[in-house]
Amino acid sequence: MRKVAIYGKGGIGKSTTTQNTVAGLSEMDKKVMIVGCDPKADATRLMLGGMAQKTVLDTLREEGEDVDLDDVMKVGFNSVRCVESGGPEPGVGCAGRGIITSINLLESLGAYDPEQELDYVFYDVLGDVVCGGFAMPIREGKAEEIYIVLSGEMMAMYAANNISKGIRKFAESGKVRLGGVICNSRNVDREQDLIEAFAKKLGTQMIYFVPRDNMVQKAEIHRKTVIDYEPTHIQADHYRNLAKAIDGNDMFVIPSPMEQEELEALLMEYGLYD
Amino acid sequence: MLDLTPKEITKRKALRINPAKTCQPIGAMYASLGIHGCLPHSHGSQGCCAYHRSHLTRHYKEPIMAATSSFTEGAAVFGGGANLRQALKTMFTVYDPEVVAVHTTCLSETIGDDLPSLIKKAAEDGIIPKGKTVIHTNTPSFVGSHVTGFSNMTRSMVRYFSRENGETRELINIIPGYVEPSDMREIKRLSAEMGIKSVVFPDTSDVLDAPQRGRLELYPKGGVTTKELRDTGEAAATLALGGFASEDAAIELERKCGVSYELLDLPIGISATDRFIQAAIDITGKEPPASITDDRGRVVDIMTDMLQYLYGRKVALFGDPDHLISMTEFVKDLGMKPVHVITGTPGKKFERRIKALLKDTVPDVNVRSAADLFLMHQWIKNSPVDLLIGNVYGKYIARAEDIPFVRFGFPILDRIGHSYFPTVGYAGAMRLLEKMVGAILDRKDRDDPDEHFELVM
Repeated sequence: MRKVAIYGKGGIGKSTTTQNTVAGLSEMDKKVMIVGCDPKADATRLMLGGMAQKTVLDTLREEGEDVDLDDVMKVGFNSVRCVESGGPEPGVGCAGRGIITSINLLESLGAYDPEQELDYVFYDVLGDVVCGGFAMPIREGKAEEIYIVLSGEMMAMYAANNISKGIRKFAESGKVRLGGVICNSRNVDREQDLIEAFAKKLGTQMIYFVPRDNMVQKAEIHRKTVIDYEPTHIQADHYRNLAKAIDGNDMFVIPSPMEQEELEALLMEYGLYD
Repeated sequence: MLDLTPKEITKRKALRINPAKTCQPIGAMYASLGIHGCLPHSHGSQGCCAYHRSHLTRHYKEPIMAATSSFTEGAAVFGGGANLRQALKTMFTVYDPEVVAVHTTCLSETIGDDLPSLIKKAAEDGIIPKGKTVIHTNTPSFVGSHVTGFSNMTRSMVRYFSRENGETRELINIIPGYVEPSDMREIKRLSAEMGIKSVVFPDTSDVLDAPQRGRLELYPKGGVTTKELRDTGEAAATLALGGFASEDAAIELERKCGVSYELLDLPIGISATDRFIQAAIDITGKEPPASITDDRGRVVDIMTDMLQYLYGRKVALFGDPDHLISMTEFVKDLGMKPVHVITGTPGKKFERRIKALLKDTVPDVNVRSAADLFLMHQWIKNSPVDLLIGNVYGKYIARAEDIPFVRFGFPILDRIGHSYFPTVGYAGAMRLLEKMVGAILDRKDRDDPDEHFELVM
């Protein structure tokens, strides 16, 4: 079983990219589970056709200790298994602890056991690695390959660089590696060149360049992935290609994050080309 | 003191009054002390460690050594990694333990410190001297109870030490559960008399019941050694005593090293001890020696002699689940009626087990897990009992309701004896009988009018 975590700046399209990619993998007959690690609990919306999912933490709070796997895991598009960790409402409690609790619970319920015969588990993680809880998916024995979603915008790259610092920390003592960056295009000038150069500096690769297309938005409004909503659309093929690229990936590295000056110099070189 | 407890029981969802459990780290700290040369370490703020040490000290009347990561505001924000590294340096330099057993606290659990990585890094950086071991377990007190903490630390002993090298030795692992040093000593004696070569882990005998010799021994002679813990992976089988405190470690041993296990109840009372001895007979194929069968005969003798005073008496019991399961069976065997049974440790299987034990004798038993002593008090007010059995906290209810009280379980902070005289095995059954009969007859002597005041009973 390959254990994958998707990180990236808030709003960059992690959940959308993850679900579309997983839809692609499911078409390749891969058995996949998505674990949403965001208190908003919207990481499986496109798989389930809406936010029908009761989160692990809500279940735990309401049902107490006697929770079954079926209580928290729903089956969505193409038999993809969906779990939402959930968490407190904004401004209350501790979301990080929520992720720790929920991943521990999934383990004890046997969600990752060999008899589940999973090919992939995808952790879709909230924004930046802000505290210990958000690093839970990349700790020892959890996710082993990370993909960072970014665009050519300065803040997205800044966040990606920070996340790489987190990965490097855990990679030194565990098995976790960076598998590449996924460019979710914002139509920034020379975006592809910029991200390729950025990836090279980190010691990794740009595993795929997902062009911007309104179809993604349209499918999302209909609570579906592009592959589900408009399977023949060119954008569906892009996600299929990304799924293939991840499935065939064999480049796993400990990233070498940049200093702030280095990152800014890179942006000057590409971003202010004119 | 508890005169205001209302008789009427109202539904409570969140509030706990006079809990029947304590923190996970207390159990983890106690289990760690059952490793020879081990210094327990509390990864959190100083207050946790101070409370856990003092609670154990008050129960065992021995100085409990433990270190702490001494979190301050900074550690809460930046994580406790740096504190742990400094603590490990200090511990190995100043106190030279064989093993440091780290357990977490609510604070380090909430901030999510990743102990496996921190320990690995410390080892790579040479902070952990060669030949020494640092183990860890996670003990958030918002989950389970002190029994969970004990169970987690015992399982961690397997995770860090147990090794399998393909050979199977003539060796039996015994996981004794959250019992007293005297009980662990008795379990070792019984298995040795049955001709079993065993590793008992954890083993706090000769650690927390160490003799006074006029000098402080930081690491007394007792405790399971790291070599013995490694050997557990090559044992022929494991006997896990008590599902709540011991089964997780046994499962881990089976998973990691393929050592199959048998789950037994704590050998408290005559039936549970019979099953323990039977399991030993099944292993060795030998009859038990006269020393054991004679002790059993003495228990039966006392039971028959004293039946007139015990039969039909209503009993309320509270404490830890493994203890209560065996003790409920014992008082049932004595002809008494256990009518109220409460544990603070969560676990529906506890309620199911007690109900199954009593289905023929007390089918309408009040039993509840994750409950508190306030509820126990209310139940007693509604349906009075002749005897209360439980840890020290029961003395308030016993006083308020004027009920005979037998101290049993953890903690006992106001009496001695538990560290030295076992409650397990046939010897333990005799001791429990003596205590129960004594409590009931003392009360009879106090209350009987002159014309019924008997010299011979």
